[in-house]
Amino acid sequence: MARPATEAADPGAPEPGTPALPPRFATWFAGRGWTPRRHQLALVEVAKAGQSVLLIAPTGGGKTLAGFLPSLIALENRPPRRQRAKLHTHYISPLKALAADIARNLEAPVAEMGLSVKVELRTGDTSQSKRDRQRRTPPDILLTTPEQLALMLAHPSAAALFADLEAIILDELHAITESKRGDLLALDLARLGKLAPAARRVGLSATVAEPDLLRRYLVPQQAGQDRRARLVVGEAGAPAEVEVLAAAAPLPWSGHSARHALPEIYDAIRTARTALVFVNTRSQAEYLFRELWRINDDGLAIALHHGSLAAEQRRRVEAAMAAGTLRAVVCTATLDLGIDWGAVDLVLQIGAPKGSSRLLQRIGRANHRLDTPSRALLVPANRFEVLECAAARQAVHEGALDAPPKRSGALDVLAQHVLGMACSGPIDPDALYVEVISAAPYAGLDRDTFRRVVEFVEHGGYALRKYERHHRLKQDSAGLLRVANAMVARQYRLNAGTIVEAPMLKVRLVRGPISRNRTAHPAGGGLPLRGGRMLGEVEEMFIDQLVPGDTFQFAGETLRFEALREMEVLVSRSADPEPKVPSYDGGKFPLTTFLADRVRHLLADPGGWSALLAPVEEWLRIQRIRSVVPDPDSLLVETFPRGRKHYLVCYPFEGRLAHQTLGMLLTRRMERAGLHPLGFVASEYALAVWALGDLRAAHMDALFDQDMLGDDLEAWMAESSLLKRTFRTCAIIAGLIERRHPGLEKSGRQVTVSSDLVYDVLRRYEPDHILLQATWADAASGLLDVARLGAALRRVAGHIVHKPLDRISPLAVPSILEIGRESVHGAAEDALLREAADALIAEAMTLDDP
Amino acid sequence: MKAAAIVHSDLAGACLTVHGARLVPDPSGGLYWPEQDTLVVADLHFEKGSGFATRGRGVLPPYDTRATLGALAGLCRRFRPRRVVCLGDSFHDRKAEARLGPDEREMLHALVGRHDWIWICGNHDPAPDFAGRIEGTISLGPLIFRHAPSPGPMPGEVAGHLHPSAAISVRGHSMRRRCFAADGARLVLPAFGAYAGGLDVRDPAFATLFDGPFHAWMLGRRAVHPVRFAQPSRPRPGNASSSR
Repeated sequence: MARPATEAADPGAPEPGTPALPPRFATWFAGRGWTPRRHQLALVEVAKAGQSVLLIAPTGGGKTLAGFLPSLIALENRPPRRQRAKLHTHYISPLKALAADIARNLEAPVAEMGLSVKVELRTGDTSQSKRDRQRRTPPDILLTTPEQLALMLAHPSAAALFADLEAIILDELHAITESKRGDLLALDLARLGKLAPAARRVGLSATVAEPDLLRRYLVPQQAGQDRRARLVVGEAGAPAEVEVLAAAAPLPWSGHSARHALPEIYDAIRTARTALVFVNTRSQAEYLFRELWRINDDGLAIALHHGSLAAEQRRRVEAAMAAGTLRAVVCTATLDLGIDWGAVDLVLQIGAPKGSSRLLQRIGRANHRLDTPSRALLVPANRFEVLECAAARQAVHEGALDAPPKRSGALDVLAQHVLGMACSGPIDPDALYVEVISAAPYAGLDRDTFRRVVEFVEHGGYALRKYERHHRLKQDSAGLLRVANAMVARQYRLNAGTIVEAPMLKVRLVRGPISRNRTAHPAGGGLPLRGGRMLGEVEEMFIDQLVPGDTFQFAGETLRFEALREMEVLVSRSADPEPKVPSYDGGKFPLTTFLADRVRHLLADPGGWSALLAPVEEWLRIQRIRSVVPDPDSLLVETFPRGRKHYLVCYPFEGRLAHQTLGMLLTRRMERAGLHPLGFVASEYALAVWALGDLRAAHMDALFDQDMLGDDLEAWMAESSLLKRTFRTCAIIAGLIERRHPGLEKSGRQVTVSSDLVYDVLRRYEPDHILLQATWADAASGLLDVARLGAALRRVAGHIVHKPLDRISPLAVPSILEIGRESVHGAAEDALLREAADALIAEAMTLDDP
Repeated sequence: MKAAAIVHSDLAGACLTVHGARLVPDPSGGLYWPEQDTLVVADLHFEKGSGFATRGRGVLPPYDTRATLGALAGLCRRFRPRRVVCLGDSFHDRKAEARLGPDEREMLHALVGRHDWIWICGNHDPAPDFAGRIEGTISLGPLIFRHAPSPGPMPGEVAGHLHPSAAISVRGHSMRRRCFAADGARLVLPAFGAYAGGLDVRDPAFATLFDGPFHAWMLGRRAVHPVRFAQPSRPRPGNASSSR
C-alpha cells in the first residue's frame, strides 16, 4: 500500500482526458496531497469495461492501491440494502504477512472515506469458527493465500460463496507463477472462472522478462486462441545503484563464506540506516551472523532470519524491523518478498546473486521511493563470483531480466486439485478436463494423461486393481465421481498445498548436561529431556551427521546435540568456539541461463576485464597465456596431470545441478573407455573430474556427445537419491503419502511409510506409473537440470576446445581447491560405507573406550 | 568421550557373534545361523500397503507383499535353511492374512511348506493364522527368539520390533540404512518388509538394550557393514559405572 511520503513525492500526474475518480475518492486523494497515478486510473477504466489486467509497476508505485481502487469504487456505489452478504473481491498474496499488512493498510482509506466496506483476512492462523462464519457471512473483501483459496474451493460451500465474486486480485504474481504453487493457483483460477465467470482478474507484478506469460496465466485459455489479459505498465522508478565490493583482504580462489570481506560488510551496515543482508543459504546466514557479532564492537542490533527458524522467532524479527529498531537482518530468500519496511536503505548481497530477477527483487527491498535510487552492494566470495557479480550488475543497469524456464503444469498438483474438486462436489471428468485445460500451465495437457491422473486419485491407478473396496472416489449412477467418505476429504485438507519441505526435525532447547564430566555421565544419561523452547527445524540429513556431544550453530546460537527423540533434536547451549555449521541442502539456487550467458561473454571479452577487480584481471590474463580463455560459443576442456592422477576440467557455466548430472554421466562413460575415473566435483561454473588414466589423449567430442542423455541417464537416474527426493515431493503433493504433521506425530517413523521404499516398489512393479512420470518431469528441470544440460551439449557440439596442459591452469584452480572439501561421487554405496570405516578408524584409535 | 560412529571395515561380511552363536547377517536384512541351519527374518509387515488403504490413508502401490515375499524367497533359495523363524509382525494387522492376493497366498504357502516354519507372535499379529507353527518365544541353543526386545540386559536374545536403522555421513554423503543392532550379548534385527520404516539407533529406545558400545550392521548392497556406535549408557541404580 502506498506510503504518504512516497505518494507526495511522486511527480506523475494523470494525463489529460483521463476520467476523474468519483468525488469521494478524488477528495480523499486531494486531502492527502496525492495525485492519482496514471496506472491507478487506468485500472479503474479497465475494471469499468469488466476486463482482466496485468499491472506491472515497481515497489513504491501505489500498485496495491491501484488493484483495490476499482473494487472500493464499486462497493461505494452498490445498493445500500442487500439480502445477504456477498464476497465482492478476493485478494491472494503469496505471503501471509503481506496479506495481513494489506488488511491493515486498507483500513485507512476505508475509514477516511467513510466507506461501508468489510475487509477480512483468512490465513492458516484463522480460527475454524471464524472461517465458518466467513463462509456463511463473507466480508466484501477477503484477503488470503493460494493455499487458503484451494481449501475454500474444495469445500461444498464454494459455489455459493464465490457466485457473486466480481474481482480477483493476485499480488506479487511474478513470485508465484513459475512454481507448483503457481500451478495450483492456476487450477483454482480455472475453477473460479466456472463459479464466477464474470469476475475480472487483476495481476500485480514486478517487472518481468516476459509479461505475456503472466497475461495468459490470468485469463482462461482456449485451444487455437491467444488470450491475454490487458497490460498496464506503471512508470519505472529511479535506476538502482549497484556496486561490487572490493575488499582489502586478498580475494579467495574458492569458497562461499566471504570471510575476507567481513570488515567491509560490517562498515557498510554501520553506515546504513537499516540494511538487509541477503545470503544464498541458511548455513551461510548462520555463519555470517555469528561472524558479524564477533566483530560487532558497536553493538549494532543485527538479527537473523531464515526459513528453519521457529515461526515465532521470525515474527519477532519482522516486528522489530517494522518498528525500525534493527540495524541489519542477515537473511535468506525468506525476505525476498514481504511487507515494505520504509527504513531499509541498503541491500547487501553476499555471494553471487545467481539471477538478475532475484537480484532486482532483493534490491527492491531497499528504499520504497520512486524518485530515489535503491542502493545495493554485491560481495563476491571468490573469483568466479566476481565475474557473476559484474554480469548481474550489468544486467540490472540494462534492466535485463531472466526469462523463466519453460514448464508445464505438474501432474502431482493436478492430482491434488482433482481430489479437492471432488471434495467440493461430484465431478464430471469431461467437464473438469475442459476446465483444467483453460488454465494456462495445463493448456497442453492431453485427455489420456488427464484420465490417468483421475484414475490415480480414484484408486491409485495401478495395473493391479487391488483396492476396489478402498477407492477414494466412487462413481454414482449419473457417472459423476464423488469422494468415498469423510475421511478422504479430511486427508485432502491435511495434505493440501504444494510446499514440501525436506524431512525436518524440530530443535528443542533443554537444560545443559547435568554433569560437566561427560566421561562419567555421557550425553543422555539422566538429562531433563522434556520441556524447553522450540528453536526451529533442521534438516534430518544434517542431524544424521551428528553424534551426541557434537556442537553446531543454529538460530544464532551454539548448541550441543544431546539426543534424538523421535521427531525432535534435543540440544543445550554450548560455549564451543568452533561449532559445525549446518550444511543444509536447501536454499541454493542455480545460476540462471541468462546470467550464465552473460558471464561467458564477459569472460571472452578481454577489453572488459579492466572493469573487474585487479586480482581477477590478472587471473584471466595469466589464463590466456597458460591456456586459453573460452569463447562464449565453445566449451573449454583442460586436461593435465597432477600428483599421480590426471584431471579434466571443463567450464560449461550451466550451474551446479547440470554440472553434477554431467559429472555422473561423464564418469560412467569414462569408466567404459578405460580411463578409470575416481571422482568429480561440480561448481556453478565448472566441472572437474580426476582419473587414473591419462586424459590428455581422450577423444573429447565422443566423451561429451549428447547421446549420454540416453541410456546412461536412465540407468543413473533410476538409482539416484535425487530422484527419490523428487519422488517424495510428488508423492506428498499428489496425496500418495501423508505429510508429517507436527502434533499428529505420536507414533514415529516406524509406522509411517517412507517414500524411498514406495519409490523402489513402484519403480520395480509399475515403472510407467503417472507419479513416476511426474517425478521424471520434475527432475529433468529441477534437481538434475537435464533439460539445461541437454541444451548446453547441443550448443557446444563440434565446438569443444581441448587444451592438454602439463600443469594446472589458473582457471582450474578454484575447482581443484573444491576437491576434498565437497562431496565426491562416483563411488558405489558399499565403497562409501567401507570408507566410513577406514576414514574414521583414526578417530576410533583415540577413543577412550569404556 | 567422543561418541563417534566407527566402522571396523575388516569385519565387513564377517560373522556376527551373539552370546556365543555365530550368525551371518545378510544385506537383505535376513539372518542365517549355520549351526542350526536356521534363517531368521523380522517384521515382514505383509499387506501394510492395503492396510493403509483400508484405513483411508491413501492408496500405496499394492506390491509390497509381493516385493517382501520375493526377497524372502530369494533368501530361502540361497541358504536352503531347514528352519525359518519370522520374528513377529509378519502380518501388518489381524486382517492382513485375509487381504493377501491369490498369487501371494500361493507363494507364501509354497515357501512355508518347504521349511520348518515358525511364526513368532508380534504386537501387530498376536495370533497369525497361517500354515506353520505359531510360537510366543522359542529357544534354540544359547539364543532365545522373541518379537520385542526385553528391557535391561538379556544375553542371548534375538528380537525385532524396533526396526533399527542407522545414519552416517561419509565425505558429505549422508546415508541412512536399515541395520542389525548387536553388542555381542543380544541382537535386534532390521525390519524385512518392503514398506517397513526404521527407528534411529540413537533413539533412547536402544539405550535400555545395550549397556555400552554396540555395532549397527548397516545393510549395503552387497555386504553388511558394522558401524560402531558408542551409545550413551544410562546410569542404573546400583550400577553407576558404564563399564562392560
